[in-house]
Formats: sequence, C-alpha cells, structure tokens
Amino acid sequence: MSIIAAQGLAKTFKVAAKEAGLRGTLRHFFQRQYRSVAAVKPCSFTIEPGEIVGFLGPNGAGKTTTLKMLSGLIHPTTGSVTVAGHTPFRRPKAFLKTITLIMGNKQQLIWDLPALDSFRINGAVYDIAPAELARRVTELAGMLGLDKQLTQPVRKLSLGERMKCELLAALLHHPQVLFLDEPTLGLDINAQAAVRQFLQHYNRRYGATVLLTSHYMADITALCKRVLLIHQGQLIYDGSLDGILARFAPYREVKLELNQEPSAELLAGFGQIEMQEGRSVRLIVHRDVLTPTVERLLKELPVLDLTITDPPVEQIIGNVFTQGVVQ
Amino acid sequence: MRLLLYKIRVLLSVNYGLMLEYRAELFLWVLASVMPFIMLGAWTKAATRGAIGMTAAELGHYFVAVFLVRQLSVIWFIYEFEFHIVEGRLAGQLLRPMNPLWNFVAAHLGEQLARLPFTALLVTVVLLAWPDARWVPRPASVIVGLFAIYFSFTLRFALQYCFAMLGFWFERASAIEQLAFLPYLYLSGILAPLNLYPDAVRRVAEWTPFPYMVYFPAQILTGTALTHGPAYVAERFAIMGLWTVALCLLGAALWKRGLHHFSGMGA
Repeated sequence: MSIIAAQGLAKTFKVAAKEAGLRGTLRHFFQRQYRSVAAVKPCSFTIEPGEIVGFLGPNGAGKTTTLKMLSGLIHPTTGSVTVAGHTPFRRPKAFLKTITLIMGNKQQLIWDLPALDSFRINGAVYDIAPAELARRVTELAGMLGLDKQLTQPVRKLSLGERMKCELLAALLHHPQVLFLDEPTLGLDINAQAAVRQFLQHYNRRYGATVLLTSHYMADITALCKRVLLIHQGQLIYDGSLDGILARFAPYREVKLELNQEPSAELLAGFGQIEMQEGRSVRLIVHRDVLTPTVERLLKELPVLDLTITDPPVEQIIGNVFTQGVVQ
Repeated sequence: MRLLLYKIRVLLSVNYGLMLEYRAELFLWVLASVMPFIMLGAWTKAATRGAIGMTAAELGHYFVAVFLVRQLSVIWFIYEFEFHIVEGRLAGQLLRPMNPLWNFVAAHLGEQLARLPFTALLVTVVLLAWPDARWVPRPASVIVGLFAIYFSFTLRFALQYCFAMLGFWFERASAIEQLAFLPYLYLSGILAPLNLYPDAVRRVAEWTPFPYMVYFPAQILTGTALTHGPAYVAERFAIMGLWTVALCLLGAALWKRGLHHFSGMGA
C-alpha cells in the first residue's frame, strides 16, 4: 500500500495585483484587485514506503506548495491526499508524529541556546522519555558527526553544523516520512556530501520514505532512483531518473577526434554540431538514426576516436524547464 | 500525567534559560515599565494639595501593587506570533504534535521568572525611597491576589491571542494591539485607580475586560477589594471569567479558521 497517495491534488492562491508607481499604489489601496494563481495544477502520484523520490522543478514551479499540502501545512484547493493513512491538513497527532518537514532556508532550532535544548523541547513535544531521548541524540549525533557542537549556542555554529543539528532535531521522533525542501542549500561540497550520506543511512536503517527537492543535481543523482518533474504547477514526469533521458532527450552526444579539421558543411550532414574545436567535434544525433549515422561517420570521415554518451541529466532537465518542453 | 509534568518542566526550564540569555534586555524592560511609579508621584502630589478620596499611603500601596501586577502579566505574544507568521517560522511549529500556543505560554512564564529579581530590586528601591508605600499584605490578599494576577494574565493573553489570530489575514495584526492599548491604558487602572474616575465612566469600564487586567488584582493585593465584602470580589471574578471564556472561545474559532486560511507564508 502506498504511503503517499495524491489524487488530483491542486492549489490555487488568490494574489493581490498591484501596478507600480503612485497611481498603482492609490488604486491598490482603494480598489484592491486580485488574481488567481494556480500554484499546483491537478496532479496525481503515489509513493511507496522506503522510496527516495526527487522532486524537481524551477523556482516557482510548485514544489514547496506541494510539500506544504503533503505535510498538512496548507489545505488543497481541490483533490485529495493521504500520507501514512492520514489526511494531512487535519493534522492529527498520530500523523504529525509520523512525518517531518525540513526546509534548508528555515531554522527551527532556538537560536540563542545550544541545540541540546531544542532537542529537549522536541523530546518533550514528541513524548520521548528522557533516557530514550539521550540514546537517540547520541545515535543520530554519531551518524552526523556531531559532538561538541551540541553544547554551543546555535548562533555560533557554521551553516553546515546548523543544518546537521536541524536534521537531528527533525528526526528525533524517527519519522517514517521525510519531506526535505532544499536540505543542502548553501552548504559547501563536503557538508552536502555528509548530509546526503546521512539521509541514505537513515533511509536504509529506518526504512523511511523521502521526498526531496533540491536544485543540486548531485543530491538527486546520489539519492533518488525516481523523480517527479513539476513545471508551471503541472506534473510533467514521474519515473526513473534514467527514464528522463528517453523521454526528454531522444538524442545522444557523439564525440569525435579526427586526423584533420573537417568543414562545418560536411559535419552538418551527420547531426547538430554542438562544438567544434580544431579536430575535436561534438555532435548531437537523434537516437533513432544513431547506428546508421555512426556507420557513415566511420566510413566517410578520418576518425581517430569516437565516443557516444548520454547528455548530462542536469542539462536535459534544464532544457525541459527553460524551453517549457511538456510532452 | 508524569509525561505531562515532564513536558511542562522542559518547556518552562528551556524557556527560562532562553530568557536568561536576554537578562540585560530584561533589566531595561523592567526599568521601562516604571509608569506606575511616575503616576504615584503625580497623584501623591495631587493628594497633598487637596482631598482626592485617597491618602498618599493608599496611593503608594495601589501603585506598587499595579507595578507588581504589570510585571506578572506582561504579554508580548502578538509580536512574537506575527514574527513567526511573517518569517515562516510558524510552519515548523504547526508540524509538531503540540499546539504552538503552549510554547508561547511557557516563554511568557519563563520570562516572568527571569525578570523577578529585577522586579524585586526595583520594588525594594521604591519602598526604601517612599516609606508611605510600604505595607504588609494579609495572607488572604496574597493568595487571592496571586490567583487574580494569573487570572488577569490569562484574560490579557486571551485578548491578545484573538488579535494575534487576525495575523492569518493581515500581516501586521500588532497594529490592532497598539490601538487596544489606549483603552487598556485608560480603563485598566494604570493611570489612576478606577475609584477616582467619574461614576459613569467607572460603571461602563467595569463591563469591559480592562479593569480586571490591573485594577482589580491590585485592589486585592492592597486588601481594598476584600473590604467591600465577598460578593464584590465574587462578582468581579465572575465578570472576569465570562470575558476569559468568551475570548478563549473566540480565539479558538479564529485559530481554526486562520489555519484554513494559512498559506504557509514565508515558509
């Protein structure tokens, strides 16, 4: 049975519209006008227990709004959703004890006190007995490589240490469903890797389900086998990371090393020239004609070396979003 | 029950620890709330020039009591709640299996505890400088007075809670609190004891919640309320109770509707 099931889930916000300048300000004051913005258009998907799913989309695509609906922070305008058998927006205690939402740009720790004090509050709020709380803090701190940082005021911690403490605080109650909104935002490469490793470890150890948004493709490629792509509020893809290539990039990259510089006119007959620097050439070839094109290349050009690769997934997703490719 | 007590102990101790981090600010906030002593000076001067219905000693007792009541019923919930909504911090609190209200209540109680030494110090200085203001309250006045103070704390909290809930619709709900501060200042007894007001004004004021936030608890602490008899005290506690229940119900309804309206702003 799916742990997350959304059916026709949608959210429309009423947003005040105001023109710039004094006239716009006065008009806005006396005759306020609103427009409806469909932040999330009806979408349906399910997520199975223990899955780690990447949720990708450009800024304003509707990722965070969807996460807010799934975590019960906001009511959907239409559609229905169940998470761990509960309707999120009713926010029953049993549901809240099952989930967590971590936002990379928001902190929940008490800024002027050591993180341990925030953990004590969380322990009390989630009905975790003191001895069990101490055991869980030790365990999670070990997994995250935290030690002395726990007794320092949060404001004195580095961004990476703070994020690790946020993760610890958010996972003390051992949630089964993790909603992560940009958990590695602003972290350096080492801290990003540590957070990713920890999430993998947590997922394996507790069988937790993770829905993760991130603008860092490294997070997605390291953690997620499955991704949801959302664009302008519409879910445009739900499938494996590899499947994105087949769906949105029906072409391959052919790299050539030639023993003499070819003319552009000659190369154009084989595919789209992506790069040409002296005797090095990179061509984009549709996968339907890949084999005959490679045969022709080998036959008609003085080829020293030939490599066929998939285009980078970041590039494909970037193209999907920038060009608005929705199939 | 044990778990509930543990929860209360943790919330209070962590919030007390947090407030101690702001001890310098707390000292300044206590200093900034000496309005009752300023009023004491003004009214004592007026009392020496002619009969105003209260002696200098009675005024002294009253304004020291007002200061104590004010120190134990300082409410800043609306400003913090507004900040939490606008900055998106409320979202995190809503995802905990506990109403965020209780953490705010614990923060207020923690703050009261942290400001207690400064309050005691200031009252000692005033009593040393103003011998007329000294009095020893009867044990009954202290017990009923403390009950009245925490009742007034609840009432004032409930009123501000209702205003704060409007923050789900208006980003700056604290403006309403600032407006409500005017009738609070005038009708609560901070500027003058209500028995010095014209009868008509006093009668109207007694049907508003404001006199029960300062004047009535101060009257109990000084012992003057108890001299009017138990019926007087019971009647005022009843009005206080009605206001508290009405505001709590209104607050709960606004909370429910507000959550439905909440857009997770800033989160």
